[in-house]
Amino acid sequence: MRRLKKNYILKKQTTKIKTSNDKKKTQNTKRTSTSKTLIAKKPGIKSYQKLPIVCDVDTLRTLIRKKTVRVVDVRKTEDYKKGHISTAVSLPLAQIISNDTPEQIIQILENIGVSDKIPVVVYDDTFGALAARVAWTFQYVGHENTSLLEMTFTNWKDLGLEIEKKNNIFAKTKHTLKINPSIFADAKYVESIQNDQNTVLVDSRERLNFLTEHIPNAKNIPYTMLGSDNSILRPTNDLKRFIENRGIKKDSEIITYCGSVGTLSGLAFYALKLAGIKDVKLYSKSFKDWKALGKPKTEFKDANYWDLSAE
Amino acid sequence: MKAEHKKKSFTRPDEKWGLEKETENFANQVKSYRQEKISDDNFRRFRLQHGAYGSRLRPDYSMIRIKIPSGEITPKQLEKIADLSESFSIGSAHVSTRQNIQLHWVQLEDVSEVMRGLVEVGLTTREACGNTVRNVMCSHFSGVCSEEIFDATPYSKAIAKFFLRNPISQNLPRKFKINFGCCDKHGLVRIADIGLIPAIQDGRRGFRIYLGGGLGAASFIGHLLEDFTPEEQLLSTCMATIRIFDRHGNRENMARNRMRYLVNEMGWEKFQKLILKERTILYMTTSESTRDLFSVHQFSHNLISNSILHKMKSNHKLPIVNESISIDSSSYTRWLHTNTVEQKQQGYYTVFVTLGAGDITSNQLKSLATIIQDFSLEGVARNTPQQNFAIRYVHYTDLSKVYKKLHTTGLSNSGALTITSAVGCSGTTSCNLAITNSHRLAKEVQSKLLELGFDVDDSLRTSTIKISGCPNSCGQHEIATIGFFGGATRIGNTMAPVYTMLFGGRSDKDSKLGKPVMRVPAKRVIEVIQKIVELYKQEKNSEPLDLWLDHVVNGNGPATIKNLEDIKTHLTPIVQLPPSEESPTSYQDYGNDVKFIAKTARGECAA
Repeated sequence: MRRLKKNYILKKQTTKIKTSNDKKKTQNTKRTSTSKTLIAKKPGIKSYQKLPIVCDVDTLRTLIRKKTVRVVDVRKTEDYKKGHISTAVSLPLAQIISNDTPEQIIQILENIGVSDKIPVVVYDDTFGALAARVAWTFQYVGHENTSLLEMTFTNWKDLGLEIEKKNNIFAKTKHTLKINPSIFADAKYVESIQNDQNTVLVDSRERLNFLTEHIPNAKNIPYTMLGSDNSILRPTNDLKRFIENRGIKKDSEIITYCGSVGTLSGLAFYALKLAGIKDVKLYSKSFKDWKALGKPKTEFKDANYWDLSAE
Repeated sequence: MKAEHKKKSFTRPDEKWGLEKETENFANQVKSYRQEKISDDNFRRFRLQHGAYGSRLRPDYSMIRIKIPSGEITPKQLEKIADLSESFSIGSAHVSTRQNIQLHWVQLEDVSEVMRGLVEVGLTTREACGNTVRNVMCSHFSGVCSEEIFDATPYSKAIAKFFLRNPISQNLPRKFKINFGCCDKHGLVRIADIGLIPAIQDGRRGFRIYLGGGLGAASFIGHLLEDFTPEEQLLSTCMATIRIFDRHGNRENMARNRMRYLVNEMGWEKFQKLILKERTILYMTTSESTRDLFSVHQFSHNLISNSILHKMKSNHKLPIVNESISIDSSSYTRWLHTNTVEQKQQGYYTVFVTLGAGDITSNQLKSLATIIQDFSLEGVARNTPQQNFAIRYVHYTDLSKVYKKLHTTGLSNSGALTITSAVGCSGTTSCNLAITNSHRLAKEVQSKLLELGFDVDDSLRTSTIKISGCPNSCGQHEIATIGFFGGATRIGNTMAPVYTMLFGGRSDKDSKLGKPVMRVPAKRVIEVIQKIVELYKQEKNSEPLDLWLDHVVNGNGPATIKNLEDIKTHLTPIVQLPPSEESPTSYQDYGNDVKFIAKTARGECAA
């Protein structure tokens, strides 16, 4: 996981912000088009916008101004304290991982003031992988209207967008628990579909880790393929092409997994969604769990590929 | 980051070698192959023609070989390769011994994506492998070498351009290599199918052309075609050679189908006559429009002209890079001494970036790109057959800054121009043919010799160590002072990785192939190298190590060690292994903690 700390390079000059924003707009036309439609509501009741998989900067800024969004910062608490996106609440990934029963997650949502319909936008500073894992968890327990911010906190900051330091707390709310089993997989499930023609198991770790050992029949789509310098996920057409090149059909069921807690594979989960795959599941406990259960692995020991690394 | 005194470098437009449509074509061919619409053999031929090798025992992964014509690469291209490696390969790139840059373990399905990225910055993988004209090399000193007569770079690129995708080189009996040198010392001109050194006769530009050299299971040194080949005969000479090879080369026996075998079997005189005759015909029958495709001018307008160089201030002194230093010298002094060369342009230096067996991470590639942009007047770098990078046209006032920048990114190792900079092919890290992990061994040798301070010892400076993982010569072991090629031997009742050691190879005007001396277990190679140096020191010789070894090879050693038998007597105790039960690791290869097994698959060089 040596590239987890990747620093994104964005132009810092204020003069360039405009161009860079403009470019984003064109790049994301497809993503924003759906996000503009407001859900019709009875007068007097707040109407909430249904967000797409990835939320672009302009949409988020508008929602923040209108106060109709809950922004979730999943970085460490100390990073949050140094500055975060306006109105964001702090919810470090570790809290989600250590309280992972659906009931506990619902409680967390209620504590940060998330009711059933309010749009939630999650961000991190780890190329989207931590945010993806948290977003997936919310969607799993029934908060469907969850979206990933298109960029990392560093990107946001470098663009000179709104940042604040105050610790945001929102009034406790109620949230319904409605498990979505269609996006979840565990070891037992993975085992049951291993010889299924229409199911593809995707390992999203880096190439050398994959070559060393992986779940039998898994295909490798390293997370490093998924993002670009200033966007946590590449343009949809790129992602579609990667999938198509691999001969994966759109109507396949895909299960993603990675090394331990489902972060890298969380990002892959959303990349596949964005590429138009309907049926994607996350094996959130991933390869660590698989190995702990003593399940079979495919290993490749006939080449010294690790010695090619210059590190 | 910008140095204060002047505009540092030009932004060179990327040359256009790649073609967008070839990337789509490749993606489609992969799909057809996966759907079993193309046979294995046909697909392999296609894949190789487009620069993708099958990886070790895993044809579903590729090694992508990016051609860097004349080794010249722009910062933008380096950044792109960094991104592509990070996304689709293993986060490192690898400089080859023929000025290519290789990306390993790329999934076959992603090769077209890598190609797409390369085309964006003008690069290509087309004809980087397969039976065609491979990357055309040019000495990394061309243009800055104090002994060259003129800069061969534009000629080298024009030849590369002319033959790329040219119908006459699409289905040769075997691969074909063209190397340009700058002077008698630099460039691998006598171990190529065609090797060329700039020359001038009666005020006319031209070349001295060597034909039929090459390293491999059987190696040959190239023959001089004629005293002088004028510039206007350059194209027809190259065309004639390729056509004669195409017509007469052996298409039956894959192990003996390089042009050097044809020359050897036919005899040099007969071959020479054929070439000269073919050339006359070609010279008379090549149409104007074909000749126009060979455009030296297209590549010569980029050259740095003297008028833009910064004059030295009269009260300034150039840094002294040639003073002798010791292991206690500061690391900067050590680096200056072993990694920089004065150019013929006064006040400018060529700076070498030491890599380990050619490996460089994506992050390092990006830093390197910035350093080139900021400090090289020509705004490009070259990669070298010693698997390093050369940053040229660095002003003397910037040397310490360049060092600091390189240091921050872990690229400031000393010894690039010394015996410590060991060459190693990819070996068992990715190659089907490899028997041993030559790649790791080269890195181990380098770090051990640097630790011992061999780089500061000027008597060792002109010597080289080169290591291949099998008898084929990608690691160019036959032109090394001390060369090694990998194999497997049963010692007692246990298989062990062993290297055949060769002495006395060199690759200048007086090129010589190394002579096999003895076999050395992989885990004893470093000790043996140390012992050779120790023996050399004991002989109290005033000549450098490479000349001393040459005398020993020829049986006229100047002191107590007279010949190879004498030196073998001293080395034999070191190569003896204890029984495998006592020391199992002695029988393992580098990078493995299990029993050594020699595993290879079909090579693809000759597909």
